[in-house]
Amino acid sequence: MSGKTDNQRAWFLVLPVVLLVAFNALVPLMTVVNYSVQETFGNNIFFWHGVGWFQDLLRSERFHAALGRQLLFTFTILLIEVPLGVAIALCMPKKGIWVSVCLVLMALPLLVPWNVVGAMWNIFALPDIGLLGWSLNTLGFEYNMTQQPLSAWITLVVMDVWHWTSLVALLAYAGLIAIPEAYYQAAKIDGAKAWAVFRYIQLPKLGRVLTIALLLRFMDSFMIYTEPFVLTGGGPGNATTLLSIDLVKIALGQFDLGPAAAMSIIYFLITLAICWVFYTLMTRNEAR
Amino acid sequence: MAQIRLDNLRHSYMRAPKSDADWALKRLDVVWDDGGAYALLGPSGCGKSTLLNIISGLVRPSEGRVLFGDTDVTDLPPDRRNIAQVFQFPVIYDTMTVHDNLAFPLRNRGVEARHVETRVGEIASMLELTDLLDRRAAGLTPDLKQKLSLGRGLVRDDVNVIMFDEPLTVIDPHLKWRLRSKLKELHYNVRVTMIYVTHDQTEALTFADRVVVMEEGEVVQIGTPVELFERPQHTFVGHFIGSPGMNVLPCEVRDGAAFVGGERITTEGPAKAPAGANRLEVGVRPEHVQIANEGVPAEVVNVADAGRYRVVDARIGDIRINALMSENDTIAAGPTRLSIDPAHTRLYADGWLVDTRQGTEP
Amino acid sequence: MSLEFQAVVKRSGADTLIYETSFALAATGFNMLLGETNAGKTTLIKMMAGLDRPTSGRILFKGEDVTKLPTQKRRISLVHQFFVNYGHMSVYDNIASPLRVARMRDADVKRRVGEAAELLRLEPFLRRRPGELSGGQQQRTALARAIVKDSELVLLDEPLANLDYKLREELREELPRLFAGRGAAVVYATSEPTEALMLGGHTATVSKGRVTQFGPTSDLYRSPDDLETARVFSDPPINVAPVVKRGHEIHLGNAAHWAAAGTIAGAPDGDYMVGVRPHFVTPVPHGDASAPLTGKVLITELSGSESTAHFEIADRAWVSHSHGIHPFRVGEEHDFHIDTTGCIYFHADGRRVMV
Repeated sequence: MSGKTDNQRAWFLVLPVVLLVAFNALVPLMTVVNYSVQETFGNNIFFWHGVGWFQDLLRSERFHAALGRQLLFTFTILLIEVPLGVAIALCMPKKGIWVSVCLVLMALPLLVPWNVVGAMWNIFALPDIGLLGWSLNTLGFEYNMTQQPLSAWITLVVMDVWHWTSLVALLAYAGLIAIPEAYYQAAKIDGAKAWAVFRYIQLPKLGRVLTIALLLRFMDSFMIYTEPFVLTGGGPGNATTLLSIDLVKIALGQFDLGPAAAMSIIYFLITLAICWVFYTLMTRNEAR
Repeated sequence: MAQIRLDNLRHSYMRAPKSDADWALKRLDVVWDDGGAYALLGPSGCGKSTLLNIISGLVRPSEGRVLFGDTDVTDLPPDRRNIAQVFQFPVIYDTMTVHDNLAFPLRNRGVEARHVETRVGEIASMLELTDLLDRRAAGLTPDLKQKLSLGRGLVRDDVNVIMFDEPLTVIDPHLKWRLRSKLKELHYNVRVTMIYVTHDQTEALTFADRVVVMEEGEVVQIGTPVELFERPQHTFVGHFIGSPGMNVLPCEVRDGAAFVGGERITTEGPAKAPAGANRLEVGVRPEHVQIANEGVPAEVVNVADAGRYRVVDARIGDIRINALMSENDTIAAGPTRLSIDPAHTRLYADGWLVDTRQGTEP
Repeated sequence: MSLEFQAVVKRSGADTLIYETSFALAATGFNMLLGETNAGKTTLIKMMAGLDRPTSGRILFKGEDVTKLPTQKRRISLVHQFFVNYGHMSVYDNIASPLRVARMRDADVKRRVGEAAELLRLEPFLRRRPGELSGGQQQRTALARAIVKDSELVLLDEPLANLDYKLREELREELPRLFAGRGAAVVYATSEPTEALMLGGHTATVSKGRVTQFGPTSDLYRSPDDLETARVFSDPPINVAPVVKRGHEIHLGNAAHWAAAGTIAGAPDGDYMVGVRPHFVTPVPHGDASAPLTGKVLITELSGSESTAHFEIADRAWVSHSHGIHPFRVGEEHDFHIDTTGCIYFHADGRRVMV
């Protein structure tokens, strides 16, 4: 912002934020970096361990498995939520009283606290007394989320889709209503069918919002913790132990501070790297 | 291609229009010949966009019919009317190349690939877009985008009418000239009916063979540019067309002449007020008012330089009148005399022209 | 002298938005910035407003360096092309807002708003919200907000561009009256030569990031220093063609020739460019100094009172713009006449031929 007028006093106004970010992000991050290169046997005595934890971790099958599950989960829900969200947005009314009704209904899941979502779905899906579990079993499907990995996975994905598709839908809806009416009129005149209208008008005009939606949903789902923890606790077995759950198990369950710190850093770097790749891929089109 | 007929058309956006003001479009009967260049001219909110949307099929008229040739298209949707439209803000398909934009309407209609290529090539060269065919349409300048959206209409063989909705709004003045004459040239070459909607008199008059002037949902006059300029049927037309517009001077009529601020003004024929007229006015264009040695006494208040001419702002008594003067002439503020050409001085009663010419009884 | 640019340069990344520019605005009347879209008018206005800072150079206001002075501390008003009003406030509150920010007493606010509303004929609408007004009324509200406070500098960035043609004509007449006797310097950016002429005062022609000339409007129009200025300041676009001076004659290829008169008479023989505004090229001879030429008519436009013909001589497009209705046949040769008193001559590098 070299062209903007200088007003040095403005710095005082951002100072609280700078301090907050420092305490909030930098200090913990440096602490984690510090732990990640040391070994401790308690009593606050630390030994230098170099990159040992990192090497161990990158070779660890447990980490690979957790990362794999995390990626599978994230890409599954992205594949479902983004197209579904756009589809819902396309179906929503453009004017009239139904607009507000739809918007409120769509916003509802977003307002539910995350642990409540987990608890709700846990009870909802209990095979014996939960409405969902009981109905499925009555209908003849073998469904037991606490024992079958597949059932647990499906429940987890459905829960996330229920919770977060609205966000994508609302963002896409905002993008859609911003398209000037003239584009639709021109398309009609050009004889474009509904699919062509979507492909050549709506989708290109949604590009920017969808980039944001995709990034938000990627970051959130990649770091998801509360909901699966409340729903399945990572089970059955390790079937739904995502990266974050595994991390907490190592750090707080086993109190292995060094490996947990190394894992946190790798986790952070992976998230950052994938975000960056997403972002560059999706904005490259615009720049061209 | 076909003749376009608007038969007893009326439109209101309200469900049960009661008063006159509830009609966005008052009763309208127009015939537009095949291959003509027409303009709809009027200030914003005059109903010209409503009329345009009725012709294109985006709005269904409350009453009356729209006919293309012998076919009643009143209830047909836009895509079945074989029309094309260029919008105020360029509408292009951002992700496609210029070539694919032009091919789009043909491909949607299942036209054979070879024919698509021929047509796209023809239209691109007509619009001077050939060098840009492989470029992404999103990066074009506004004037090229407007050409491209026009191209999407021209590329089809089946177009009944191409409509322009203030197409030069986003174009720079020096390019406006180029694009406007390009449109005129295209019309001359392809002879498709074109309807041009605008609030800009210069655009309307230079583009169209016949202009429909509208005000408050009503057609005030339909005529050639010369008719509109020379003999406005209504003071609104006189005011709206011409820059500066026609002088409309409140007057009294007695002894076969009009009196403005007590000064006698000779009209084109013996002035005679129609019975029951409330408001009488004399209309004369600034082009026909000259600074002279004799004539109506007036006071010069200001002279504005418009480049190729000067606009003199004068007063007869306290009634304002504009006169034009060549860019080489000068005049100081103060008393002068105005010569007003009787052959171009008209009488208006309640806004409408009173025909005072000899031999034609009103 | 009110506002002065001293060797101002503005870059953004690798692009130069404004090349080195120096000029001093006239303290009274209108200062027009005339140029095409993206010529740099808005960049200049932003720097004048303090919304943007020059990369190098200084901006002085009444002799004082204000280059780094933040916008809030300058006594300026700015009106945009788009009608910027506070949608949730009434027209009255909109106009009053700058006064309230300045903590003026209510009685004074009322008086000032009343005056501004009267000038701009907004009195009947004071209780309404801007959204309920027409485009012209909305822009008048924005203008009222600009004149209500005692600004030393009023910046108008294409304020009439989004209005109807006739409305534009009316406001164009009102504006000079509005600012007359207020002691504020007015800067008015426009892309329309006619607007610059009608509002008078001084004009700076801006083209591709350069201020090509600054001076009294009529001087710039009638005797531009260079070809670019003439091009920017011509609507319809000026005809430009290469000519050769041989002895006392000017030759336009083989198409036409005429006697050299004025400054060009004293210039050495050789190649020059001639600029002829379209209204000096007419289908009927005009005055003694007219030179006939014949061209193929490409397209004609007849408005109610004027005729425009686009014609071609030796692959070069020409425009004739004349009073009256003249019938032309498209595709046929037609005689035209150049009123050579209207010819402006330039050197090959674009500078005007001076004595």
